[in-house]
Amino acid sequence: MSDRSSPLHQLHVDAGASFTDFAGWQMPVRYSSDLAEHHAVRTAAGIFDISHMAEILVSGPDAPAFLDYALAGKLSAIALGQAKYSLLLAESGGIIDDLVVYRRADDAFLVVANAGNRFPVVAALTERAGDFDVTIEDQSDDISLIAVQGPLSRGILEATAGITQLATPLDELKYYWSTDAKFGDLPLIIGRTGYTGEDGYELYVQADAAASLWEALISAGAPFGLVPAGLASRDTLRLEAGMPLYGHELNLDTFPVQAGLGRVVALSKEGDFVGRAAIEAGPPADARVLVGLRGEGKRAGRADYLIFDGDDEVGIITSGALSPTLGYPIAMAYVDVASSAAGTTLEIDVRGSRVAASVVPLPFYKKEENHG
Amino acid sequence: MADPKTLQYTAEHEWVLVDGAVATVGITAYAAEKLGDIVFVDLPKAGSSVAEGKVVGEIESTKSVGELFAPVNGTVVEANDAVVASPELVNSDPFGEGWLIKVEYAELPALLSFDEYSKLTGE
Repeated sequence: MSDRSSPLHQLHVDAGASFTDFAGWQMPVRYSSDLAEHHAVRTAAGIFDISHMAEILVSGPDAPAFLDYALAGKLSAIALGQAKYSLLLAESGGIIDDLVVYRRADDAFLVVANAGNRFPVVAALTERAGDFDVTIEDQSDDISLIAVQGPLSRGILEATAGITQLATPLDELKYYWSTDAKFGDLPLIIGRTGYTGEDGYELYVQADAAASLWEALISAGAPFGLVPAGLASRDTLRLEAGMPLYGHELNLDTFPVQAGLGRVVALSKEGDFVGRAAIEAGPPADARVLVGLRGEGKRAGRADYLIFDGDDEVGIITSGALSPTLGYPIAMAYVDVASSAAGTTLEIDVRGSRVAASVVPLPFYKKEENHG
Repeated sequence: MADPKTLQYTAEHEWVLVDGAVATVGITAYAAEKLGDIVFVDLPKAGSSVAEGKVVGEIESTKSVGELFAPVNGTVVEANDAVVASPELVNSDPFGEGWLIKVEYAELPALLSFDEYSKLTGE
């Protein structure tokens, strides 16, 4: 496996980060304490290097119609600057990747894919382009992505030297919208998006300017309590927020509806799209569904641990941890429909001993709704 | 805290401090660092017998689960209740307040020296 590293790698080394392999990239797993980083994002702000994410520009006169065909959602319906969470489905109805799509122009969209799915996504889009008048351009090597997440994120961006010329001021930028801006004299895209369940922004900048943007954000953010945060905290944050992670909650064998993502598939849109026939037929009758579990005690069920209802094996955990914010174990799991109702008491096999857990609604954690 | 240079080690990243017939056991700073923030510790009760190389406890971080292996045959004379109540002690003071169990033993197996253990971890 190739060992790629971010343009920010040396800054992470200097900051004392520990690294982990993620989809072939050496990325910071934590700087000092993953719990402290997690709490900083919930109470102040954290900054994440997610340069490993893949950015693919889809442009051309047919781009809106093409994405309506290639993806599960109706991307032609989003406005300039708007973002949308979507899925790239296989013909089988399974999920090749989950994506965020930003509309950059009437005829241009930026598709942001998971690092581990960069090449499958580029290949699928290219293959699906067929007779559409579109260009698929993998810009992943040229674009870095930095996320600033947490309730104080807006003030930090506003205080950051070099971020100027926002087409939409941050106090008018709504959730899941983006704006063009400049960092110095370079183009910058700021999306009010994220993967933590907290308010925040994702900043797309050309790779050779990523280090100076990171340093400018760190410097402006220090008085706000901004800390660099690694992938360990990113994972516990997204888990608390009930957000799926590809390869855990989502994969080629899972239908969107099983993952609670039925609404992401725009069955009402006109025309065919890849996966429509399979989605309309639906998953097998015995398909399991994604639920949240709240465990008792402190021992967390983790990915691949089995779930029992009495003597019957009824499911399997896909992600789990002792929730840093809530203080009790939480997990996402696929369980049989008969065991999926909220309030159902189940048992997790935690390395040979049974731990009681109850089915609870997702997300586990929801931020206070106090912003526009 | 104990001076890491004076301790003995296992390949499973435990340290052992020998005092008479009692061995105090913890996990190394290297192991704690690799695990990340420790959020749960499960230890054997005082009085239970443990066998060298067998799993006798668990050390969980947010991201993963580490196992505690008994470095010697013997009987647990004390488990560190402070660590069970405050698992973060394993991170903040792995060679001191973050100790895990004290085991009374009859015979000490071959353990690693500080230099040998340092070579193992490459640090």
